[in-house]
Order: sequence, then structure tokens, then C-alpha cells
Amino acid sequence: MSRYSFLSLIANALNGQTGWKPAWRDAAPKPTYDVIIVGGGGHGLATAYYLAKEHGIRNIAVLEKAHVGSGNAGRNTTIIRSNYLLPGNEPFYEWSMKLWEGLEQDLNYNAMVSQRGIINLFHSDGQRDAYARRGNAMRLAGADSQLLDREQVRALAPFLDFDNARFPIKGGLMQARAGTARHDAVVWGYARAADRLGVDIVQNCEVTGFIREGDAVVGVETTRGAIRAPKVGLAVAGSTSRLTRLLDLRLPIESHALQAFVSEGLKPLVPGVITFGMGHFYVSQSDKGGLVFGGDIDGYNSYAQRGNLPVVEDVAEGGMAVMPLIGRLRMLRAWGGLVDMSMDGSPIIDVGPLPGLYLNTAWNYGGFKATPASGWCFAHTIAREEAHALNAAFRLDRFRTGHIIDEKGVGAQPNLH
Amino acid sequence: MRIPCPYCGARSSHEFAYLGDAAPTRPDPSAPDAAEAFHSYVYERDNPAGPMDELWYHSAGCRRWLKVTRDTRTHAITAVAFAGTGEGGR
Repeated sequence: MSRYSFLSLIANALNGQTGWKPAWRDAAPKPTYDVIIVGGGGHGLATAYYLAKEHGIRNIAVLEKAHVGSGNAGRNTTIIRSNYLLPGNEPFYEWSMKLWEGLEQDLNYNAMVSQRGIINLFHSDGQRDAYARRGNAMRLAGADSQLLDREQVRALAPFLDFDNARFPIKGGLMQARAGTARHDAVVWGYARAADRLGVDIVQNCEVTGFIREGDAVVGVETTRGAIRAPKVGLAVAGSTSRLTRLLDLRLPIESHALQAFVSEGLKPLVPGVITFGMGHFYVSQSDKGGLVFGGDIDGYNSYAQRGNLPVVEDVAEGGMAVMPLIGRLRMLRAWGGLVDMSMDGSPIIDVGPLPGLYLNTAWNYGGFKATPASGWCFAHTIAREEAHALNAAFRLDRFRTGHIIDEKGVGAQPNLH
Repeated sequence: MRIPCPYCGARSSHEFAYLGDAAPTRPDPSAPDAAEAFHSYVYERDNPAGPMDELWYHSAGCRRWLKVTRDTRTHAITAVAFAGTGEGGR
């Protein structure tokens, strides 16, 4: 398969666009591999790509029960950012941001990475202090941040309700390098790049069981037959417990439904990503013009990929409080994803807990932005049998040892993170 | 989703606060394996895709704790009773 380039674009324009080949092979599973990655979303495909590219392991299968990108990779709000506070988190997300910045050249694929910035609004003196601290923590980890006053925010987003009686806008914490990317293109780009390095992407192949030798996991049973490999990595987000149940493992995660919404298309309006500081509402504008927004998870365990009405109301109320103009817009679509909420709100990328098994889970509602670094770190963890410094804090046993990474400080209550 | 409260009748889930899985029970703190048992109690969950017993608090209603059996795939509720006593079951 040839590289995409300006020349290939011209050549195919001249031959009536008949020269394009499928971007990746529709592989049939082989009986054995060196590594099996379960889950053909962004994280799983990125893991396979970096295993092949960085670690020279190319005999890999990515198993996907439906088609690639049909889970959370196709159900998010496409925001990329690295504005975290805690030491275990921020360097990891900043590495992800750096990978986003070079992703399109690396993959030879237009992922439409657009660094249009994120502004987290604050509405009180106390919240400004908290955001100043967060901004400083970001800078310590090498990220960019800028504390905007009220007039600086107004210059960027004059349509916000600055003098709301209850939640006046006092300013915002901005990360200019944050932004959005095209979610499907990220999946397709990683799939194509991994395929070019020899990775088998096996779709419509659901894992139904594990092959064990003693304690060790040595392969998987699937709807397309048994497949063996000495290393099996799970990257299945909200479905993780469904698989680990087959191994009698209980994990510190719960599956919840997270909704997102998109309005009818508008002319360019929202300059980047804006988050409301006094309720859970955030908004950006897609390249097609629709406002993409969301808020809290539904609040109770769910494996239904659809949301409830109280949260729709709650998100709309948050939107009306900060950005009243959305009251004149029609909502076009709403959808729900199955997020893997953890007990401290932070992810797990780790070896084990069984020999031959590797875990990549607990992305809460922030998995999309993490896609490149998650794959990069998971690949390192699988290839080297140990965590990279960037994901050293994302251990499964941190709940046992007390080294939890709780950005919000709400404790072991997944529906509050 | 509407939850059939034994005292108030069927009410919107919006009136309730959610605690989560009803299965974990507080271990004996004086037991020799208390540290391990508390780790499991606080952090580890079955997280089933299917029927699950869970605790809801009717905060905007009768303020009773309920034990609700709900299918996490469909949100179909098959049993409700007051938590603790098991009274009012339906």
C-alpha cells in the first residue's frame, strides 16, 4: 500500500479516483501470534502500532468484536488536552499531547488535529486560585498554560454570559495547545499504519473465553476460533469486567453510560473548547459546524450504550447558565458510550494480574485524549514486561497500597469522578 | 427510568441518589485478614452486565434506602425492597 501524498492525490484525481486501495487488510485470524490485543478501538490499535514501530514486535493480532472504532472511539467528544493536576497523571497526558502534535506525520494520515485551545472558566476567587495551581502544575510537567482574566476570556468568547447573577465569569485557565481531533480518522490512521507494519486487524471476532495453562493466560477463544499468544493485552474500556469475569478477576472499575450531544450546524462560533466551572458542561464546535457538548455520566452502573433524560436536562441547564444562545439551537443527535469508571478516576496500564495478561483500562470519561500515550505506554509495558516511567503510577495495586491518583478527591465512588 | 419505591410508588430516578453495588458488606475490622478484606470491600467490584442488586436513597422522597434489582443492560427493575429490613418487597 502506497503512502498518501500530494502526488498520490493528483494521480488519483487524474484517473477518476479509481486507484485507491483499502486502507488496511481485512485479516483472517492465524492460530498463533506473539501478542494479541483485544479491542480494536483507538487504544488497542495504537498499542499494536507502537508495539510494531517502537519494539519490533510485528506478529500481532488486534481482535475487535464488531468493526474498528465502533465503541467509545466513535462515541466521544474528540477533545485533546493535558490540563491535569497530579504528578502521576500530568506527565502522561502531556506525552499524549506531544504525540498528538506529531501524529499525522507519523501515521501518514490526516487525523484533523486542531489545536484550537481549551478554556476552563472560573467563577470565584477560590476557583481562580485552584486553577492557578493547576496551571502551575501543568507547567512543571512541561505543558503550557495561561491564566486569563475576564476581559481576555471575553475577547475570545464574547457570547458567554459574563454577568450571570449566580455564576459570573471571572476568567479562565487556558491551554492553547489543546484542541480537538477527528475521532474516526484517529482510529483509521492507527489501523492503516499498524497494518502497514504487518499487524493483523481481525474484525467481527468476539473474545468468548481465555485459554489457560495453570495460572497463565496463553490465548483466547473467539467466535472465529481459538487463537494463542504468550501475551494477551486487554483494551476494551467499559467491557473490561465482562472479560475479566471469565478469569475470576474483580477490578476496581464500574461501567457507566456517558452521553454527548451535537447541535445543528452553525457558522464558526466557538473558538476552541470551553468548560463551565460551576456545573458540568463543556462545548466545542466541530468542523461541520455543530456544537458538540456533554456533561456528567448518567450516575449508575450501565452497559446500555444510551443515556437517560435527567442528564440531558442537567447538561442543557449547565449550557444555558454559561452560554444562553444554545437555547435557540436544535439538538441534532445524542449518543451514549460505555465508560470504565475507576475508584480513583485514573487509568490502569499494568502487567498482570495473571501471567501473560496485560491490562489497559479505567479511562473514565477521558480516554480519547489519552489514545496515543495509552498505546505507546501499553506497548512498552507489554514488550518490556514493566511499566514505562510515564505510566508507572497507573498500577492496579495502587488501591491496595494507597497510592491512588484522585484528581477530584471524591474517594472510591466511581459515579462521582 | 422509574424506580418503584415501596413507600412512594413509581418515581423518576432523578429523585434518588445512587450508592452502587449492594453486594459488598463491611468486613470485621478485627479479623486477621482485615486489610485485604477492606481493600476488596472498598475497591473491587463484580461490575456485572446483567441483573445487579444495588442501593438507592430516595433523597427527594421518603428518604429510605432501597435495595433495587436492576438489569444493567436494559435498566429493567425486577425487585425493590427497603434496604436492611427487606420489608416492602415487590
